[in-house]
Parts: sequence; structure tokens; C-alpha cells
Amino acid sequence: MKRLANWRLLSLFAVLALVLSGCRGENFVSALRPAGEVADMQFDLMKLSTYVMVGVILVVMIIFVIIFFRFRRKDDKDETIPKQVEGSHKLEILWTSIPILLLLILAVPTVSATFNLADVSPMDKKNSKALVINVRSHLYWWDFEYPGQKLVTSQELVVPTNERVYFNLKSLDVKHSFWIPAAGGKLDTNTDNINKFWLEFDDKRSNEAGNLFYGKCAELCGPSHALMDFKVKAISRDKFDAWVTAMQDIKEPQKAQSDLAVQGQDIFNKSCIGCHAVTPENKLPDTARQAPNLTNFGDRSRIAGILKHDKEKLKQWISNPEPYKPGNLMTGKYDEMSPQELDALAEYLMGLKVQE
Amino acid sequence: MSTIAQKKGFGGTLWDFLTTVDHKKIAILYLIAGGFFFVVGGLEAVFIRIQLAVPNNDFVSAGAFNQIITMHGTTMIFLAAMPLLFAFMNAVMPLQIGARDVAFPFVNALGFWLFFFGGIFLNLSWFLGGAPDAGWTSYASLAIHSKGHGVDFYVLGLQIAGLGTLIGGINFLVTIINMRAPGMTYMRMPLFTWSTFVASAMILFAFPPLTVGLTLMMFDRLFGANFFEVAMGGNTVIWEHLFWIFGHPEVYILILPAFGIFSEIFAIFSRKRLFGYSSMVFATVLIGFLGFMVWAHHMFTTGLGPVANAIFAVATMAIGVPTGIKIFNWLFTMWGGSVKFTTPMYYAFGFIPSFVCGGVTGIMVATAAADYQYHDTYFVVAHFHYVIVGGVVLAILAATHLWWPKMFGTMLNETLGKITFWFFFIGFHLTFFIQHFLGLWGMPRRVFTYLPGQGFDASNMVSSIGAAFMSIGVLVLLYNIIMTQVKNVKVGNDPWGDGRTLEWAIPSPPPFYNFKQLPLVRGLDALWLEKMAGKKGMTPAEPLGDIHMPNASFIPFMISFGLFIAAFGAMYHKDYSWGLPVIILGLLVTFGSMFLRSIKDDHGFHIHKEDLVDDTEKGAKA
Repeated sequence: MKRLANWRLLSLFAVLALVLSGCRGENFVSALRPAGEVADMQFDLMKLSTYVMVGVILVVMIIFVIIFFRFRRKDDKDETIPKQVEGSHKLEILWTSIPILLLLILAVPTVSATFNLADVSPMDKKNSKALVINVRSHLYWWDFEYPGQKLVTSQELVVPTNERVYFNLKSLDVKHSFWIPAAGGKLDTNTDNINKFWLEFDDKRSNEAGNLFYGKCAELCGPSHALMDFKVKAISRDKFDAWVTAMQDIKEPQKAQSDLAVQGQDIFNKSCIGCHAVTPENKLPDTARQAPNLTNFGDRSRIAGILKHDKEKLKQWISNPEPYKPGNLMTGKYDEMSPQELDALAEYLMGLKVQE
Repeated sequence: MSTIAQKKGFGGTLWDFLTTVDHKKIAILYLIAGGFFFVVGGLEAVFIRIQLAVPNNDFVSAGAFNQIITMHGTTMIFLAAMPLLFAFMNAVMPLQIGARDVAFPFVNALGFWLFFFGGIFLNLSWFLGGAPDAGWTSYASLAIHSKGHGVDFYVLGLQIAGLGTLIGGINFLVTIINMRAPGMTYMRMPLFTWSTFVASAMILFAFPPLTVGLTLMMFDRLFGANFFEVAMGGNTVIWEHLFWIFGHPEVYILILPAFGIFSEIFAIFSRKRLFGYSSMVFATVLIGFLGFMVWAHHMFTTGLGPVANAIFAVATMAIGVPTGIKIFNWLFTMWGGSVKFTTPMYYAFGFIPSFVCGGVTGIMVATAAADYQYHDTYFVVAHFHYVIVGGVVLAILAATHLWWPKMFGTMLNETLGKITFWFFFIGFHLTFFIQHFLGLWGMPRRVFTYLPGQGFDASNMVSSIGAAFMSIGVLVLLYNIIMTQVKNVKVGNDPWGDGRTLEWAIPSPPPFYNFKQLPLVRGLDALWLEKMAGKKGMTPAEPLGDIHMPNASFIPFMISFGLFIAAFGAMYHKDYSWGLPVIILGLLVTFGSMFLRSIKDDHGFHIHKEDLVDDTEKGAKA
């Protein structure tokens, strides 16, 4: 019985929570809380189509309800035969032409927005100042290369607000899809070709969302598809420039500070550096970057895109990543680590910060 | 062979069904097999909803979850919805046009057994190392990358099942073109027959691209080809095109017969002819045509560019027009009628708001620029379940109640039917309505779990509770079916009392030759016209004469079984040395059976006039 009561309570809470959330979702991940030009444009289209469609539903429902009350056979023994109506040309024309008009109202802004969102001409202009980011998706992590700034980072995209940011998207294993719901719709990262599009992050609304948006993989890509999250740090242009400078200043791997961290760095250089880089330079081609770049690992907000950013979780992740991201390509690539080694490694990695 | 039904034991009945070429028995086979797969696919859906009820759940593992969603989609589309619709097409369409069987009874049986063995093969994957896990769309890069034999089961099983569907569709086309009773012109055909006709034509054009895609993928995975291997110059976007050139028409192949079913129900239970019959026919054909022009709207985020996206967006919106025409014609069929709320009518009535919701979200996802947000999220999951469950599944459940007496001679319990409806209908909206919002709030589809703190938790719980309601509905239906068959109260020709089309003019279930004398059709709703003219039944169009019937045959079973064997050989030929001999053995069985069929003259048999006269006395009046 208690179980049943729990169930009831749970469903009550569910309905309550739904009403309270105001049907708009969380501002760092919801497409209904647009935080930039692209998402705004898409949100406006959603609203327009919803209004038109709710209108259609209303008309149908009014006729529907009238039929239910007026034309129900009240008496089962009723033998009357209703008039057999063949149809009506007037009505047919009416319910053919009105939908066509409604669709035209919808089609024009749709086509215009579609072309607008595909406008990436500033990318190809010579001496363009537009910020271009090369996104490379891998089985379950994201690589972000800033060719103009000559630096690479992973898992946490850093972008300036209030300007259009242009993306080159490609996948290096299976198809994924790059999606930052609050900032705009998704585009697939194909294995065959480079896809291009742009996004914009509004400064005010980024601040409201804590300057950190959730990014997701939207195309089924294997067991850990659900866990292929990334984060987007949207900061003002000044802060962004400062970040770029700080990153560019790191030419050599950062020296560990404490004794423990020095031990950690040794272990890292022995076991991890084959795949993970700790310098941001982008000399290697994208295909040679086998694992996330960890230059500014200490600055990030999640481990592997999903786990809480603390040493405890980091040690658990390194000791066995498999339960956290099934099917990942890190498991089994290195020897088992002792608790002391994990401590040292965590100390070192958490110290990899480029900014205070 | 005698016309007099013989008492048979279980073995005899089994043999009868294994060898039958009678469209009514094949319909029952489709119904049983499709119903079985529907329950299997439903169980998979329940597992999905249990896993997603709470965040970070570990009811199933990530890998197993991908297998479950893949099999849920594949099973429901190919092995449940299509065969169940084929069951009703087989059972009813020949009766509606006044035919004694389909054009090629032997091929009809072959179509069923191919589907059956393909479906069994696909589902055996659960016991043989894991099911396919690349989604029902099986996009090439992931499918090629997928380890194990899961995806091999998919490409081989669907090739066999798809072959069955294709020849089934061709058979229906030929039947409708050639075997209509005297007076049954095209514009007098019931809407269900029309929709069968258009859906069959669509099968004819839609399944070959799928077969091409599957064959290429089979060569890639099993025989070392590189059609989809980018490093070797292959291209994975081609798979997306091939799949959706099939996949989108497939949606209409499912929904058009559903429209046909509802058109019959609205007319019967409103005691009114279908409003705007000719525009309904026109809309059906138009939807069938436009269905081939819109496939790339499934690929708006693939990066085809703004020109392609804009064209396909507008083309997709255009389908809203004929669909809207249909909705209003159904409403105005009821308008002014005397609407009796039987169980089939419950489903038909509930279908209108459900399908309108699915239709309008269809227009929403057609707006390409906004679809970049909807695509591959729970919004899309909600949309296509509103169309497929709110349209196709409601139609299948409605048809089950409507034509059960025609197929089995006894009526499903009306009260239990209405209980099923309410559980299923409420559960359906509870499960899927909230998913629109989940998608908009940022939840991608095909995720085996989600992290807490993103605002997804409560709504997923609501959705899972809805799934429980739907399951109860299905369980009540199964109970209803068992109880009805146990009681087996026989009914007459026209148990609903208001039947309008030819199938209600003959006994329930019909004699194996259907019509003793082919009926003369005087107009749309042939039986209704005769009733209104004060007659009890149809006027015969021919004198009583001998009827030519086909012989039963075990060969269709063997042809299909051979391919089933060969598929195992193809799958394991790289792992084991017995693979190649098994391929050869399987193909020998198939081609041997076909050879046997070709050299053995089978002229069928005749039912003699005198036997038919005997039947008349037993009440088998045509």
C-alpha cells in the first residue's frame, strides 16, 4: 500500500512540477528559452506555426464537438435514414483554399529563414574577421579548433557573445550532430563532407544562463550517444580575447606546482600523453588528435562532458571510464592505476588552468 | 477436394494454414503474426519507458537500450503495422470488389511466408549475440561501425520480409485492376479498396530503393564492399537518401489504409455515404504522389543546403492540403448523420483530434529552419507517434473490432472494446503529448538515459505512466479476443446492421469461394443501394456455374524457408566454414521449390454447381 501511496505522490509531484516549470524548460538547454539570433529566429517560426496550427485545431474541434452533441444516435432503435449527401463543391473549395493560404503564410518566412541561416559567406571572404571554429566529433567527445587563433580545445567550447560565430563541422568516425538547443538548431557532423553554419549568443541572456550552455549530440552514434554532452562557455569579446591570449601563451606543457602534481605529470607523460595533448597548438591534423585536448582541463565544468568536476569523480573516471561512458575508446588504453597514482594524476590534471 | 467443411484435428488445421492460398486464411495468418510482433514491439516500448522513467536509470545497459529502440521501430513498422494492415487488406479488399480471391493466390501465400521468415530471422538476433543497434534507420556510418551480427540480421531479415511486402503489393494491384465484379467501376470502389490500391502502388515504387540500400549494406558488411566506406570513396549520405526515398512513402503506405478503414467506419456508423467521395479519392491519390516528393525533409540537418531544404519544406507543407480535405470530409460525413458510438466508432472519433495533432506538428517539422531545433529530438518522437499510433494503430484496433465478425464469424465484446479504447487512448496522449515539450526543452531522441537537473525528470515519469495505461488497454483487448473466441457466438451477414459495402452481403465468415454468384454492382455502397431498394441481398451478375479454385500448396513455405536458411549462411560465412555451403543449400531449396512449381502443372479444381446448390440450403447465400 505504501508503495502505491508513493506512486500517487510521485505523479502528483510530476504534474505540479510540470505546471511550475511554465512549460519553457531550463534556460541553459531549452529551445524555448532562446539565447541568440538563430534560436530567436527559430523560436519565432515555432510561435507562428503554433498559432496557425492551434487555429486549425480549434476549427476542427468546434465541428467535432457539435457533431458529438447534435448527431449522436440517441436511441439505438432509431431506424431513420439520414439524407445521403454526395458532397459540396463550395465546401470543398473552401477547405482546400484556406489551408493553401495558411501554408503560404508559413512557407514564406520558412524559406527566408532557411536561406538566412545558411548564409556563411563571411567565412570565405579574404581577411574576414569572423570567428571560425572547426568542430570535429569523435566517439563520444568533441574537438574544437580555432584556426584563426591557432589553438585547439575540447569538450568545452568557448565563444564570444554578441557576434556571429561560424562553424565547420565534420565527424571523424561515425555521424554525430552538433546541437546547442538554447543557441539554435543542430547541424549534422557528416563523415563525408564539411557542413557549415553560424550561431550567435546574446550577452545578456548568456549571463542569465550563467554563461554556460549545454551542448548535445543529436544523432544516434552508439551506446554512449546519450552521454556525448559538451558545454559552451559564452563570454564577452574582451574576456574571450583574454582567454585566447592565455591559451596561446602556453607553448610548453604547464609545469606542475606541488610535489604530488609533479608525480602526476610524470604518470601523465608515461601513460596519457600518447593520446591527450596538454598544449593548445594545432600543428597536428584533426585526424591525429585521438583524444580530448586537456590544456585547460582545470578550468572546465565537467569531466568527460557529464561528470561533476572534482577530484573524486576524476579518479573514478580514470580508474575505469567504462561504467560512465559505455563503449568509449579510452577504456583499456593504459595500465591500471594505483590509488596513489590516481591521486597524483588528479592533482596534476585539476591544476591545468590557463586562467585564474 | 470437397466444398463441405471437414472436421480436422490440430495437425490438420496446422497443415491447412501452412499450405493455404485462400486470402481469408492468409489474412488470419497475417493477423496472428502481426499481432504477435505487435506485442513484442510493445514490450520493447515498455522497456524503453521503464528505462527512461527516472534519470540515470540502469534498468537496461546503454548497448541493450540501442538494440531495444532499433527493434522497437523496425518491429512496429515492418512486422506489426504493415502485416496487420495486410491482414485487413487480404480479408476485406477482395470481398469489397466482389472477387473470389486475389489475382495470384499462390503468390499471396508466398508473400506472407517471406514476411514471416524475415520477421523471425530478425527477432532471432535476440538469442544469437544481440539485436541490431543502429536505429531503425540504420544510418550507414554507425551501421557499418556496429560490431557483431546485429546489423546483419537487420539487412538480411528486412530483405526477405521486404520481398514479401513487395509481391504482396503487386498482387493487390493486379487484383484491383482485374478482378472487380461487374459494375464495380473505379469510382464505385469503397475507400478502403482505393487506399489499398494506392498504398500497393506506393509499395511497388518505395520498396525497391530500400532493397537497393539493404543490398549495398549487405555487401559492405558481409562481402567486403565499400559503398558506404568514406575512406574508400564511399558515401554515407547516399544511404540516407535511399532509406528515406523508401521511408517517407512507407509512412503513407501505413496511413492511407488507415484512412480507408476510418472512411468505412464513419460512413457505416453515421448511416451516411462518405461526404465528397470523389475528392476523397483524389486526395488519396495526391497524397500517394506527393509522398514521393518529400523524403529529404528527414534530412534537413544533413547539410543539403538551403535550396534543397526550402524546396522540400514547401513540398512537405503541400501534403497538409489533401490531408485537411480528408479530415473535413470525415467530419461532414458525420454531420447530419445518425452517429452510433460502437467500439470502431470510438476509435474513429478519437482518431480525429489525435491525428490532427500529429498532422499539425507535421507541418511544424516541415518548416525547415525551425526543424533544425525539432530534428532528432523527442518532439519528432512525439510527432510520429501521434501520426502512427494516433492514426495507424487506432485504425488497426478499429478494424480489428469492425471486421472481426467478418473474419471469424463472432463479435468482440463491445464493453471490453470500449474499456480497451479508453485505456489506450488516454495512455497514448499521456505518453506522447508531453514528449513534444521534452524535445523542445532539449532532450535528444534515442538517448538511453538523461542526467538530472535539465528539467526532463517529471515529464519522463508522466510519459512512462502513460505507457502503462496503453499496456493495460492491449491486455484487455487480448482478454477480449480470447473470451470472444471461447464463447464463439455466431453472427449473420451484416452484424453491425448498417453495412454498406459488398463484404457485408455474404456470410460471416464467408464461404471459401466468397461469392457463389458474382454480384452486380449498381453504384457506390453497393449493398446499401440494394437495401434502400428494399432487397435483402445483391443481385447476381451471372448464372450459377462451376467455380474454379486454386489448390493449396506447401511450396510458398519452402521458397521462403530456403531464403531463411541462406540468410544464416550469408551471415556466418566469414566466421565459419559451413557458411558458404549453407548459402548454397538455402538457395537450392528456394530455387528448387520454384523449379518444382514451374514444371508441375497445377490447374486447381472446380466446385460443381450441384455442390453450390447444397450450400444455399445451409444459408450460404451470395
